[in-house]
Amino acid sequence: MRKEIRLAGTGGQGLILAGVILAEAAGVYEGKKVIQTQSYGPEARGGASKTDVIISDQEILYPKARNVDILVCLSQKSCDSYLHDLVEDGVAIYDNFYVKNCASNHCFGLPLSVKTRGKFNREIFMNIVLLGALSEITKITQLDSLKKAIQSHVPAATLENNLQALDLGVEVVKSTH
Amino acid sequence: MNQEILDRLRMDDRFPHILCPGCGIGSAMNAMIRAIAESGLTNDDICIISGIGCSSRVPGYIDADTFHTLHGRAIPSATGVKLAHPDKEMIIIAGDGDLLAIGGNHFIHAARRNLDMTVILINNHNYGMTGGQYSPTTPQGKRAKTAPYGCVERAFDACEMGIGSGAVFVARSTTYHTPHLKGLIKQAMKKNGFALVEVISQCPTLYGRLNRMGDAVKMLEYFKENSITVSQVKEPKDAEGKIVIGVLHDIEAPEYYESYRKVCEHAQRR
Amino acid sequence: MSIQLLSGNEACALGALKAGVRFFAGYPITPSTEIAEMMSEELPKLGGIFIQMEDEIASICAMVGASAAGMKAMTATSGPGFSLMQEGIGYAIMTEVPCVIVNVQRGGPATGLPTKVAQADVMAARWGTHGDHPIVALAPWSVMESFTLTVKAIEISERLRLPVLILSDEIIGHMREVVSIPESVAIHERKKPTKSKDEYLHYHDETNFDAPFAHFGEGFRIHISGLTHRQDGFPTNDPKVIKWKMDRLRNKTDLNRDWLHFDEHLDLDAETVIVSYGSSARAALEAKNEFEKNGSKKIGFLRLITLWPFHYMKVAELLQNTKRVVVVEMNQGQMTREIARAVRRDVQVIDVNRYDGELITPAEVLEKL
Repeated sequence: MRKEIRLAGTGGQGLILAGVILAEAAGVYEGKKVIQTQSYGPEARGGASKTDVIISDQEILYPKARNVDILVCLSQKSCDSYLHDLVEDGVAIYDNFYVKNCASNHCFGLPLSVKTRGKFNREIFMNIVLLGALSEITKITQLDSLKKAIQSHVPAATLENNLQALDLGVEVVKSTH
Repeated sequence: MNQEILDRLRMDDRFPHILCPGCGIGSAMNAMIRAIAESGLTNDDICIISGIGCSSRVPGYIDADTFHTLHGRAIPSATGVKLAHPDKEMIIIAGDGDLLAIGGNHFIHAARRNLDMTVILINNHNYGMTGGQYSPTTPQGKRAKTAPYGCVERAFDACEMGIGSGAVFVARSTTYHTPHLKGLIKQAMKKNGFALVEVISQCPTLYGRLNRMGDAVKMLEYFKENSITVSQVKEPKDAEGKIVIGVLHDIEAPEYYESYRKVCEHAQRR
Repeated sequence: MSIQLLSGNEACALGALKAGVRFFAGYPITPSTEIAEMMSEELPKLGGIFIQMEDEIASICAMVGASAAGMKAMTATSGPGFSLMQEGIGYAIMTEVPCVIVNVQRGGPATGLPTKVAQADVMAARWGTHGDHPIVALAPWSVMESFTLTVKAIEISERLRLPVLILSDEIIGHMREVVSIPESVAIHERKKPTKSKDEYLHYHDETNFDAPFAHFGEGFRIHISGLTHRQDGFPTNDPKVIKWKMDRLRNKTDLNRDWLHFDEHLDLDAETVIVSYGSSARAALEAKNEFEKNGSKKIGFLRLITLWPFHYMKVAELLQNTKRVVVVEMNQGQMTREIARAVRRDVQVIDVNRYDGELITPAEVLEKL
């Protein structure tokens, strides 16, 4: 088993943290080989941002994704840039507010940002909602592992909201598809 | 020289020293050693740290742990030493070019940080070691090897710089007023925090000669006649064209290492 | 042992802390800043010193001051900051003060590419400071190695009284892997002088390895100077003494080349050998594996862990059966020239370079195989 996952969008959406949590869930709590890398512009907010997570049963050498199995896009620009890296039977998950146009064989347009705003009045937890949705669609990691990883990466005061955000992601998928 | 001073020096093959006849650095060094002795400090209680330049050669003559660092870098080097040995007295000897030009950024930030150290600035208004080029304290219009038609730039007032940057103790004296200077250095060492003592000094070989100021004696006479104590300055115009000597600034502020220790205690409790 | 997901920068900071580093002075610069951030959090808990200085020049000077005074000390930086530190690196070499400088390489020259990867400081690491001098530089290729090589760098630095550079890069510094961090590592303790302070010489000529030395500020009344000096630390203009000092410095790496050389190699009897280091070696090894999947022919692989001192004899020996060497690096061929100097004249040396801020790919290496 080897899966390459790319989370892409704009700076400030918390994608890199989502990548770190995903890698920790699979690597530390499920014993898989993982590698997480990122690329971003010099700006902390507003620039392009992406993170690659590779999860495998075997040693991973080259750390960047080349044949993306799962692509998550939170901006139109990231969708336009990276869709061509997606393999033939790859899965594309995108936010249907920020991305209007996504032409892939297996597309999941989800109201991630809309539902996040609906529940939390802001988009701050969208990165975790995304992880819930990702887990529900692809089963790449178990929800329990994600919960443990979230616990070690978010401030205690926001833990409850983050865990609710994870569940929201699962619900979004169940209610949409 | 009395035995008390000689005992503080490295008397083996370090002498004769490299300073020019009539140089003011020896007088400043003498005042410093007397200040150390009168403060009850042994040579093992002090670290003497310098950068590059004529005055930066002073540590080599003193029988203590002495650190001759890079040009302009005495203060950051002393910062490392002090944080490793907070119980030792850090004495930094620097010239005007070393401290205020290449080391200017370190100087203002050390004053702001307020780590306990005493900086003795020997200001002879030019770069002596390299042969008399203009420095940040060369007065406008005065001549130097790189200012053959007179210095174009305005000069720094090192004490104002120190005060503006947060130094808790700032004082000035001259090489003519050595007992006075000794007293100021003692006060500066006693002060818990960043202390600056500026010593107006003569460089008869270069700056004095280029500006036709006469020999060392003439230059010292000039210091004598043109100095005015802080208490004598009643209004700003009294200080015009004068060297204002004495304690210019003395305030209390939290010392860096003590504040850092509190941070450590806080971090360890969590 | 603890199993953790860590970035290379975090692993590097953790390695330093485990190896006994208790002083860190630094200045924020991408992509190295996470090291300073972790140090600022952890050192106060251990009673150590973290200080953010006004620039990289001040940082290296404070570090040298603290190390001369007895603390194990480290700093971390990248491109422009590394350039600013060069004078201080020379000072640490001349005064024989141990310290570790981590350079998380980014694209240059000048401000260049703060968030993008390069391996273009290889020669700046070797010859960045002026004058003849020895230097040690180690290049990690993984998060785990960022930990282990930092521990090693501190040991080498302490034993040789010489600055040691970690040449990491943006990929290694920022990528995360799962690593097992040991509870503790062997800490190299400096030996204190056995001689009285009247007999003690800070730069004694017989002991150039694991030499006992006095800490500045502990009453040995030593003189530390960046001027070329005698055994007692005082400046000299005597040609014989100057040559003694320069040879003494050179011998730190010259006489310890075998001890300082680390590499990893596979199938070196193959006709073609790929040579690489740091993050680009990951693409190189992946290329070897992919190449071998499609046929029976083997490709050799040599990963340099020690970049400096470059062990020409050892590299020549490792590559003695090779007809073709493919050097993979993210610069315009800095290490390629060193490899070419080491191998026989009839060996073909080909370089695979990338210097556009992107990690070199296995496909780019495969093209040349």
